[in-house]
Amino acid sequence: MTVTRRTILGSAVAASALALPSVKARAAGKPLTIGVCSDFSGTYSDVGGNTSVACVQQALADWGAAAKGYDVTVIKGDHQNKPDVGAGLARQWFDNGVDLLIDVPNSAVALAIAGVAAAKNKAYINTNAATSALTGPKCNANTIHWSYDTYMLSHSTGGAMVAAGGKSWFFITADYAFGHLLRDQTTAVIKAAGGTVVGGVAYPFPQTTDFSSFLVQAQSSGAQVLGLANAGKDTVNSIKQAHQFGITQSGMKIAGLLIYCNDIHGMGLDIAQGLVLTESFYWDLNDKTRAFTKRVLPRTPNNYPSMAQAGCYSGTTHFMKAVDTMGLDAANKSGAAIIAQMKKMPTSDDAFGECSVREDGRFMCPSYLFRVKTPAESKYPWDYYNLIHTSSAEQTFAPLATEGCPLVKA
Amino acid sequence: MFGFNRGQQLSFVLLLILVIGAPFVLYPIVVMQVMCYAIFAMGTNLLMGSVGLLSLGQAAYFGLGGYVAGYLVQSVGLTPELGIVAGGVAGAALGGAFGWLAIRRQAIYFAMITLALAQIVYFGAVQVTGFTGGENGIQGIPRGALFGFLPLASDRAMYALVAVIFLAGVIFIHRVVHSPFGQVIKAIRDSEPRAMSLGYKVESYKWIIFVLAAALAGVAGGTKAMVMGIQTLSDVGGSTSGLVVLMVLLGGIGTIFGPILGALIVIAMQYYLAPFGAWVVVIQGAIFMACVLVFRRGIIGEVAYRLRTQL
Amino acid sequence: MVMILGKPAPLLFGQLLLGIINGSFYAMLSMGLAIIFGLLKIINFAHGAMFMVGAFVTWGLFTYLGVGFWAALICAPVIVGAFGLLLERAFIRPIYKLDILYGLLLTFGMAQVLQGLATNYFGSSGVSYDAPPALSGVLNLGFMYLPVYRGFVVIAAIIICAVTWFAVEKTKLGALLRAATENPSLVQSFGVNVPRLIALTFGGGVALAALAGVLAAPLYSVNPAMGSDLIDTVFAVVVIGGMGSIGGAILTGFGLGIIEGFTDVFYPPGSAVVVFVVMAVVLLGRPAGLFGKVA
Repeated sequence: MTVTRRTILGSAVAASALALPSVKARAAGKPLTIGVCSDFSGTYSDVGGNTSVACVQQALADWGAAAKGYDVTVIKGDHQNKPDVGAGLARQWFDNGVDLLIDVPNSAVALAIAGVAAAKNKAYINTNAATSALTGPKCNANTIHWSYDTYMLSHSTGGAMVAAGGKSWFFITADYAFGHLLRDQTTAVIKAAGGTVVGGVAYPFPQTTDFSSFLVQAQSSGAQVLGLANAGKDTVNSIKQAHQFGITQSGMKIAGLLIYCNDIHGMGLDIAQGLVLTESFYWDLNDKTRAFTKRVLPRTPNNYPSMAQAGCYSGTTHFMKAVDTMGLDAANKSGAAIIAQMKKMPTSDDAFGECSVREDGRFMCPSYLFRVKTPAESKYPWDYYNLIHTSSAEQTFAPLATEGCPLVKA
Repeated sequence: MFGFNRGQQLSFVLLLILVIGAPFVLYPIVVMQVMCYAIFAMGTNLLMGSVGLLSLGQAAYFGLGGYVAGYLVQSVGLTPELGIVAGGVAGAALGGAFGWLAIRRQAIYFAMITLALAQIVYFGAVQVTGFTGGENGIQGIPRGALFGFLPLASDRAMYALVAVIFLAGVIFIHRVVHSPFGQVIKAIRDSEPRAMSLGYKVESYKWIIFVLAAALAGVAGGTKAMVMGIQTLSDVGGSTSGLVVLMVLLGGIGTIFGPILGALIVIAMQYYLAPFGAWVVVIQGAIFMACVLVFRRGIIGEVAYRLRTQL
Repeated sequence: MVMILGKPAPLLFGQLLLGIINGSFYAMLSMGLAIIFGLLKIINFAHGAMFMVGAFVTWGLFTYLGVGFWAALICAPVIVGAFGLLLERAFIRPIYKLDILYGLLLTFGMAQVLQGLATNYFGSSGVSYDAPPALSGVLNLGFMYLPVYRGFVVIAAIIICAVTWFAVEKTKLGALLRAATENPSLVQSFGVNVPRLIALTFGGGVALAALAGVLAAPLYSVNPAMGSDLIDTVFAVVVIGGMGSIGGAILTGFGLGIIEGFTDVFYPPGSAVVVFVVMAVVLLGRPAGLFGKVA
C-alpha cells in the first residue's frame, strides 16, 4: 500500500473506509468504487442498510462488471441519521476516490450529501430518501433521485384515502425535512379534494419510541384519518401503539404515507392488514421482479428488498452502463458528466423494467397502490400486497416545471 | 518565549511542527476538526483545571457559536472571520448569563445546573428552526473569503486559518494562566476560604473563567462550522458535552497541552473507528473508566509528573 | 363535550394518565438513584444503562430460555443486581475516597460501555417484546381507551415505590442503612460489615432499575438508548426532589411525569424540556431541592 494521507495509524485504518485501495496504485482492470451510505443500525436499517449493499453487489454481478474488465469495490458507511456525519463521510469518500455514492435514507442527510457531491463533482444516486426537494429547489447536476419521493406518496396514498371518504385528517409528523414536506404535500392534496386537516403534532426524531400521547390527541381530535408522516421503525411503532390504544377499533383509518414491505413484515399482518400504501417496486409484481428477488435473496436472507433497496440495484446497473458507454477516463473526470450520460439513456433492469431519468434528476417509473392482505389471504413468505391501482410515471411524479429545479430551463 | 518554561517551549515547538506537517500525512479535514475541538477542550480545561468546576453543558456554547457563525455567514453574508468572532461573542454572552446562575452552586449541583441549562439550549436549537434549521441543521455554509478577498474554498487555505486561530488560542490561554489574574485563580482553587479572606471576590473570578471557557467554546464551534460547512444538533447535544470532558480528562486536567492531545486522540478515534459501529462508544466509555481508576493525571499530566515539570 | 382551559376534558384526563405512566418510571428509577446516592455518595450515571440491561435481560430470558414475563419480574432484577455487585466490587469501591465528581465520570463511562455493547449486538433500534397475554387488551375508560398493560404498570410502580419507601424509612434494616450513611465508622464499631452493606445497597438500587426495565420492555421498544434517553430526566427528578431523599424522588417522579403529560397538550414541543426548566428554577430557589436537607 502506498503511503498517502490515508495510511495513518496503520492497523486501525486497514479495515476502514480511509484505506480505500488507491485508485492509482491498482492496475487490475478498470477500477471503480461505489460507496453505500446508509443507516445500518437505526430507524431505517431495515429499509436501507445491508440489503441495499446486497442489491448493489447483485447489480454488479448481473451486469457482469468483472467479465467486462471492471474492478469494482463496494464500501459501506453508517450515517447514523445525522446530517453532519453523513456530509463528513461523503466528503471523506469523495476525497479518497469514491466514484458513486448511493442509497442514503433520511432526507436531512440526503440533502447535505447532495451539496457535497456537487462541490466535489461526483456522482450521487439517492434511492432511499423521500424529499422531493432533491429534484426541486435543491436539485443539482450531480444528483439523481431514484425509486420514489414525497410527491408520489402524498398524491397516491393520500389521494386514495381522500377518495375513499377520509375527509378530515390528523397528522403525526417526524419533525424534520422529510416529515414536514410529506405532511405539507399531503395537506395540499387533501384540501384540493375538499377535505380538512383538524390538527397535528410533530415529534422529535429520531429519539421517539412512545407515541401514546400523540395517539391520544389524535383520538380526541375526532378526525376520520390519522396521517403518519414518518417512516421505518417510527411507522411500525406508531401503528402498533395505535392498535393498543384502540384507535382503529374506534373507526379511525390510518394512512401510513410511507410504508415499505419491510415495515409490514415488522408489524405482522394481524396489525397491518387493510393498510393502503404506495411503492414503485414490489418483489412479487411480475416474473422479472420475482427473478431478481430470487437472485438477491441469498445475499440478504431475512429481508426482501423494498423499492428503496431495489433502487440501489436499478441505479447501480444504470450507472455502470453509463460509465461503460462514455469510457472510464471521461467518467473519472466528472461526476456531472456521468449523471448527464445517465439522463441520455433509457434504463432497463429486472426490478423497475424500462424507465428513464428526467433532466431534473428524477427517475421516472410507474408507481403502484397496494392494499395489505389479511393473514388468511397471505399464502407464502412475504406475500403481503394486493395491487389495486397502477399510475404511469407522468401521473406519479410532479410535472417537470413545477418543482423549482434550477437545472430546468423554463 | 511567551512565559513558557523549557519543557513547555519544547512542547510548543513540537506542536508547531505537528500543525505544519500534519496535513501532509493526515486527512486535513480531520486535523482541522482536531484543532477546533482542542480550542474547545482548552477552554473547558480552564474551568475544570483552574477552578475545579465540572460542567456537563459546554456543548451549549460550542453549538451556539457554530449556529451563530453559520447563520451570519450563510444568511447575512458576513465574512468568515467575522462569523467566527460573532460565534465567540455569542458563546461569551450565553456563558455570562448561565455562569451567573451556575457558579453560586458547588460541585454536583453546579454540574447538574449546567446540564439543565444546556438541555434548555438544545431544546431551543430544535425549536427555533428559522435560525438553526432544526433537525436538518444549517447546511451548505459557504467558506467565503477571509477579510472579503482571500478565498477559503481550498482545504489548504482553510487549514492555515484554523492553524492560526488554534495557535493563538494556545498562547492566549497560557498567558491567562500565567498572569496575575491566573495567580488569583490558582489561589482560589487551592483554598477558597483563604482567597476570600484575602479580599478576593471569588465568585467574580469564577464567573470570568466561566465566560472565557464559553467564549473559547463559541470560537471553536464557529470555526468548526466554517470548516465542515454544516452545523447540526449534534454539536449542541449532551454527547458533545461528554466528549469534551473526556478530552480534558484523557489529556490531563490543568495542563496546557493535555486537552490538545486529548482532542487528537478522541477525534482520531471517532474518525478511524467509525466503520466499527458502536465500538467507538465502548472504547470512549472504557477510557473514561480507566482515566478515573488508574490514570487521573491524564497522559500529559502523567508525563509532566514523571519529568517533574509543568506541561 | 366538556372543555377545560380550552381543551376537551377527555384529552386532559388521557394525558394525565399517560403522565402518571411515564411518572411511574421516573419514580422507580430516581428512587434507586436516591438510595445509591444517599449511602454511597455516588452519582450513578449508569443507572439508565442498568434499566436498559434489565429490559434486554427480560427479552433474552424469553428469546433464549423461554422464560416469560412474570418470571422475568423476579429473575431480571436478581441477575442485574448480581451484576451490580460485581461492578461495585471491581470499579466503584476503589473511588469512594475521591471527589464526588469522579464517581459521576466513572459511571458515565460505564453507561457508555454498556450502551455501546448493546448497540453492537442488537443495533440501535433494538428488539421488540410483547406484553404477556394476560395483560393484553384494552380498557374502555369512557374518556379514552387504556391498554391494560399500561394500567398494570402504574399499579405495579406504586406498589414497588411504597414497599421500597417503607423498607428504607420504617424497618430495622432501613434504620441501619440510614445510620451507616450518617456515621459509617460508628456502625462499623457495632459489628456491622459496612462495606458489605454498601455493596448490597448498590446491588439493590441497580435491581430496582432493572425491575423498571422489565416493566418497560413491553411498553417501549427495547433499545440500547432507552436508558440514556431517560437518565437526564431522572437526574433532574432526583435533583429537584433533593439528593438522597427517597420520598422526594418518588413524589417528584410522579409529579414531573404529570407536568410533562400536560405540557404535551398545551405546548407539545416543550415536553422534552419542561423538566429541566423546573430543575433550573427549583435549584435557583432551593439549592438542596424540594425535600433535601440543606448540606
